[in-house]
Amino acid sequence: MRDKGSQAALVSGPRDCSWVRPGASGLWVAPADCWIDPHDPVERALVTHGHGDHARGGHQQVFATPETLAIMALRYGAARDTVAVRYGDTVELAGGVSATFLPAGHVLGSAQILLRYAGERVIVTGDYKRRADPTCAPFVPAACDVLITEATFGLPVFIHPPIEEEIARLLETRARNPDRCVLVGAYALGKAQRLIAELRRAGYGEAIYLHGALVQMCRLYEEQGVPLGPIALVMDTTKEALKGQIVLCPPAALNDRWARRLPDPITALASGWMRVRQRARQRNVELPLVISDHADWTELTQTIAEVDPAETWITHGREDGLLRWCELQQRPARALALAGMFDEDD
Amino acid sequence: MEAFAELLDALTYTRSRNGKLALIAAYLQRTPDPDRGWALAGLTNSLDFPAVKSAVIRQLAVERVDPVLFALSRDYVGDTAETVSLLWPAPPLPGTPPTVAEAVALLSAMTRATVYGALPALLDRLDANGRYALLKLATGAMRNGVSTRLAKIAFAQAFDVPVTDVEEYWHGQHPPYAALFDWATGRAPPPHAAGAPQFRPFMLAHPIGDTAVDLDLYAVEWKWDGIRAQIVHGDETRIYSRSGDDISHSFPELLGALDTPVVLDGELLVRGAFQGGEEGGAASFNALQQRLNRKTVSRKMLEESSAFVRLFDLLLIGDEDLRPLPWHARRARLEQFAAGLDPARFDLSAIVPATSMEALAAIRDQARDQAIEGVMLKRRDSPYLAGRPMGLWYKWKRDPLLVDCVLMYAQRGNGRRSSYYSDFTFGCWNGDPDAGAELLPVGKSYSGFTDAELKWLDHHVRTHTVNRFGPVRETDRSLVLEIAFDSIHASKRHKSGLAMRFPRIHRIRADKLPREADRIETLRALVAAEP
Repeated sequence: MRDKGSQAALVSGPRDCSWVRPGASGLWVAPADCWIDPHDPVERALVTHGHGDHARGGHQQVFATPETLAIMALRYGAARDTVAVRYGDTVELAGGVSATFLPAGHVLGSAQILLRYAGERVIVTGDYKRRADPTCAPFVPAACDVLITEATFGLPVFIHPPIEEEIARLLETRARNPDRCVLVGAYALGKAQRLIAELRRAGYGEAIYLHGALVQMCRLYEEQGVPLGPIALVMDTTKEALKGQIVLCPPAALNDRWARRLPDPITALASGWMRVRQRARQRNVELPLVISDHADWTELTQTIAEVDPAETWITHGREDGLLRWCELQQRPARALALAGMFDEDD
Repeated sequence: MEAFAELLDALTYTRSRNGKLALIAAYLQRTPDPDRGWALAGLTNSLDFPAVKSAVIRQLAVERVDPVLFALSRDYVGDTAETVSLLWPAPPLPGTPPTVAEAVALLSAMTRATVYGALPALLDRLDANGRYALLKLATGAMRNGVSTRLAKIAFAQAFDVPVTDVEEYWHGQHPPYAALFDWATGRAPPPHAAGAPQFRPFMLAHPIGDTAVDLDLYAVEWKWDGIRAQIVHGDETRIYSRSGDDISHSFPELLGALDTPVVLDGELLVRGAFQGGEEGGAASFNALQQRLNRKTVSRKMLEESSAFVRLFDLLLIGDEDLRPLPWHARRARLEQFAAGLDPARFDLSAIVPATSMEALAAIRDQARDQAIEGVMLKRRDSPYLAGRPMGLWYKWKRDPLLVDCVLMYAQRGNGRRSSYYSDFTFGCWNGDPDAGAELLPVGKSYSGFTDAELKWLDHHVRTHTVNRFGPVRETDRSLVLEIAFDSIHASKRHKSGLAMRFPRIHRIRADKLPREADRIETLRALVAAEP
């Protein structure tokens, strides 16, 4: 929380922050001629985190945290020119703009970007959450004139339960079904590693079995100092040996032919959408696990209240709901129509 | 209540029929009386709490949550009870959850005056899953694929008793079915049920597809466009739908029309001169639809759309089970029996003379002019067998009509399709599109597409939206859809003056330009004369 004095200093004068605005490829920082999370190849990109709808290949120059750069190198190969910015560090861009990278708590390396120009401060949260996550640094709230926030779960029906409850249900289901395996669909970047780390935190010491598409990212996490315990590959294991085990795969593989090699799997999906029954049914999920790396309704609204910006801009997700909340709180807000953002799976 | 809530959730996430049966059976085995009886009544939609209606629940929610946020949430979730269960503010102190029996007692005691205080107090004693179960119990509409018939089979499985006995003894019992559980668990003799009119599983037909049928071996009937019904008379008359659900209350005019113990199979229709003209004597399916799912039927409705049954099979009569007999023998008995019935309530489905498939194809093509759904082929020597046995009965529906329309509006679906734009409104041109004609909506459909096509359409809507009206999105009218439908009628309710029967998205015609879509006049020429 900032003090009254700095707030007064921040809101004096005409502060429309119009030097940051939506453009053809995403969010554009005009004086520096650079883009934030652009979805087309551009000259200069500031990237908040490694997920595919934020980090794309083909840019000339990329500014990101060292972890995000490592993730991007794994996914797209090395970029031509990279600038690693550690949490808390500031880089000077062209045109008098500076950018500070702050932890966002979403996945390993995820950052909010604090932009400063002509005495104005704009924070782009990227994707974020406020809950503890053993695999990444926690979100750091900071003062700003404009907060550009995500709104993936921007409806009051989305309240994520404590992750301990969901992990307990997963372990109970496994224990009750010694002749089957529990197949959990989880994003390759972030969700899979967080699930493994939380299972370890709950005392689960057995090998966790992986779909091939998850292996490289798990190795990267371990190289970056996130221990995951014993992991093994499904393809190295017999069907018989997988009975009673926990298997992780990307969400798309859940109902795929690949799953036929597993012993009568119980289909689970770890996602914030699982809070809504029919969403779980749409995915043929038997065990919905409400686990998300995005802020839920409470976290989104509390973060806006805590950061207390003069204006809130809302990027992607259920912007209608969060806009309405801002209206009810008499907080100036608007929705930015950004193309190319998808949220169907988290 | 927690165990019932868990059961409802498990039923939601279990697709297979056997899986659902096992879940219900296990619940019935381990849950004490009278909770399991009330739960069974809840699952089969046999409870009614007059003071607890969907509108009350919505009202209670918007007293606690901003109405706009509630509407946005309801639109996203696709179910009012679930939305409220998720939005309901957690009470400061968690309460003690009620048993199912206690919840039922409290819900029954609520009046229009007390419900606004009593229902919140009850909701405050439950967590989100419990609130969902309570609201579903209170309002019905479980939407988890459990029919009364399925519940009866699960009951039989749970206590290892024959399902025919369950059907028989269930009759005349009321929630929480104490006598039924006492009998099933061996604590008491069966409840008195002599003469109970019980349901027998239907015999169903396969689509004919490319099968070549030797017409010497088959009889042909019209396929009437009503609903399949089984009429059973014992100590009283019951009407069962194809799923085995009792729909007697919707058709009171049929309940006093029989006096012999009998089980009849036929098509339930409403009087009119639409299907097959004057001679056909049946109104359109539209007219019948007005009569379905009503708890009470007005006198006006009874006079204007009087129901009758067009009979085509006789399963049992007196003590005699005719089902093992060949079709022709049952037909002879049916004709004999039907001759003595009130012709206002029962008539016979005529046999259509056809000697070759070619002749039959010509007859089937006339079905459209006659406003009949198609033809049925029944093997003359076939016994009446439960289910859909191979090679005995076929249905051969007339081909649908096809027109090209332009997508205009889309809305999110309900239930399994919540969040997908899956309800589509499409239109045709009211003149020459190159000379300034407009598109007028001609129909609405939420079926006909595959899951992959639904994804494609959903993406199209999201990326081609030009306007939003609450939950409805208007698209840029760039997509042509080939629409299949069974018939089209004049309608005063629509601006185009037309209403389609059973329109479905037949094909996505991304290859066509909107200006190439059909005009209203083309559709008007397809209207079947309806008195």
